Amino acid sequence: MTVGSYLLDVAGGRRKIRVFEAGDGRPLVFLHSAGGITEDNPFLAALARRWHVFTPLLPGYGDSEGAEGLRDMLDVTLHSFDVVDALGLDRPILVGHSMGAMIAAEMAAVAPREVERLGLIAPAGLWLDDHPIPDLFSKLPHELPALLFHDPAFGERMMTAGADFDDPKFLEAFIIRNTRQLAMAGKLLFPIPDRGLAERLYRIRAKTMLIWGESDRVIPPAYGDAFCRGIAGAELVRIPAAGHMVIVEQPEAVVAALARLQ
Amino acid sequence: MRFIWFNLMPWPDLPDDFREKYRSVWVDIPSALYDPVRGHEVYNTYLDQLEFAESVGYDGLGVNEHHANAYGLMPSPGLMAAALARRTSQAALVVLGSSIALYDPPIRVAEEFAMLDVISGGRLVAGFPVGTSMDTNYAYGRVPALLRERYAEAHELIRRAWAAEEPFVFNGRYTKLRYANCWPKPIQKPHPPIFIPGGGSIETWDFCIENDYNYSYLSFFGYLRARRLMEGYWQRVAEMGKDDSPYRATFAQIICVAETDAEAERLYGPHVSYFFNRCLHVFPGFADAPGYRTIKTIQSEFLNQLTRPQLGLAASLSWGELIERGYIVAGSPETVRQRMEELIKTLRVGNIICGIHVGNMPPEKTRYSTELFAKKVMPQLKGIWKDWDNDERFWIHPLAERVVPGSAVAEAAT
Repeated sequence: MTVGSYLLDVAGGRRKIRVFEAGDGRPLVFLHSAGGITEDNPFLAALARRWHVFTPLLPGYGDSEGAEGLRDMLDVTLHSFDVVDALGLDRPILVGHSMGAMIAAEMAAVAPREVERLGLIAPAGLWLDDHPIPDLFSKLPHELPALLFHDPAFGERMMTAGADFDDPKFLEAFIIRNTRQLAMAGKLLFPIPDRGLAERLYRIRAKTMLIWGESDRVIPPAYGDAFCRGIAGAELVRIPAAGHMVIVEQPEAVVAALARLQ
Repeated sequence: MRFIWFNLMPWPDLPDDFREKYRSVWVDIPSALYDPVRGHEVYNTYLDQLEFAESVGYDGLGVNEHHANAYGLMPSPGLMAAALARRTSQAALVVLGSSIALYDPPIRVAEEFAMLDVISGGRLVAGFPVGTSMDTNYAYGRVPALLRERYAEAHELIRRAWAAEEPFVFNGRYTKLRYANCWPKPIQKPHPPIFIPGGGSIETWDFCIENDYNYSYLSFFGYLRARRLMEGYWQRVAEMGKDDSPYRATFAQIICVAETDAEAERLYGPHVSYFFNRCLHVFPGFADAPGYRTIKTIQSEFLNQLTRPQLGLAASLSWGELIERGYIVAGSPETVRQRMEELIKTLRVGNIICGIHVGNMPPEKTRYSTELFAKKVMPQLKGIWKDWDNDERFWIHPLAERVVPGSAVAEAAT
């Protein structure tokens, strides 16, 4: 079993990114959400019990560098293919959560022959006027748990674990991390998380699993139906007792749904 | 010294329970609170006040740009400056400014500023703000992390459009023009004086200093808080090997003048309170979209002058505390003179943007304070930078002979 965390040169050294690697078996690339991900996330461990999991951090996240050269959806889509190349992988299973799933869906639409198996967990990327997605960029930290989690109390414990907002050093580091991350995410999601994916969904040929928390209050379950209609042959799995952070709230159920891609 | 009379043009009828009932004066405030019939009166009153300021001797008249904002009702500052261009004859028209990253294509700003400069006979001061996060990101939807790159490109296009004698190709990342061609062009050469309003982003300093632009520090929190920031600016001016002409800098200050200190509190207290309590009631989530500020600025200590607690804090301060902390300069002409002299010398600023209309101040009080400052305070401050009075780099150069607006109509009638 491979476990590691390392820096990887991407696109001939144009960008340098952090990659977490764990597990054995068939390669799977996981693209994280706008909130980023840490190496100790139990979801990554759950994935790694079944697959050889590569989790690249987008520039702007962790110590991944090169965000200034990524300005729009196409830049990020091609960057993500560059990452797959730099990892030496050939058509890995591609899984993403929220913003990461938006990127994965774009990759599958832009280069349908390069993406054969696709797991989209509560993907961003569409906009339905009847189901507006809340403006996460203007939310105050204390407003987030109720939006992101099925169980806000659990969410609050998850989000504040190890945090000491009375410590100015912690606070500054927190603000800087948050700013770097969301500055990058804003290029795909601000002010409305729609970069035209709806018009490209028809190109996707991959076997696709759509996975949604039943009480997702960020990207409501109606979007699951919209993605399902847009991607030929896609299968939608709804997971109870889970919100937008379904990968944290029900990691095993998500992995079980993804296993249907085999 | 130069004095610019400035009015944010606030909506004067925000309800008493505004803070309780609404979360923000900006971005998502319902426009049902705006009454256009009352607005007709408000706009014309405010424009009258600007014209009056010229008549009592202010050097410049200031307008600026905000969007979806009940305390700043000038989404299009150029329209206000155009209204003033025809009804005034001497004062500089200080447009602070057009948020150049918000216009597609930004050559529109080069054209409009040129129109204003030509109509006014060379009286335009061209302001190029980045714009606040509330305006640019939340109200106008610009992606925060790309705003400054867009701004830099727009600035380059405008400067080139003013300088060029022939059409040119502009192949920018955000703007592509096969025929960049600015008609009309400004009277002032090589360009109208350029003011860069800054809220405290330190990148702005180098940009101003390199280009010999005026750095205009706009804060509602007074000169005492501004001191450290301006010291940083002047230190940077020295490091970059430039002279320390005070006309490189402008500061905005709320000023209230009456016959006595007590009268100032009685006359203006409620309106200052309206401003700090209702006009500055901004939802903290709108203050800084992630990516709007650079990491460098966040790491600098100056950010803490601007962030959320300050807004809330100001609302709870008494009249005496507002004066003591320098948020407002208020009192008798002598009191105001002393404080202003201290402000001007400690910040080393050649221009003051005078925030004399405050909050929901009615016209008669505004006129009273405006006139007292002009007659009893300004003359005593005028000579503070005598040694630099020949420094013409940062101010307007109008035509010596200018057309009198309406003269052709008058001629036809006789």
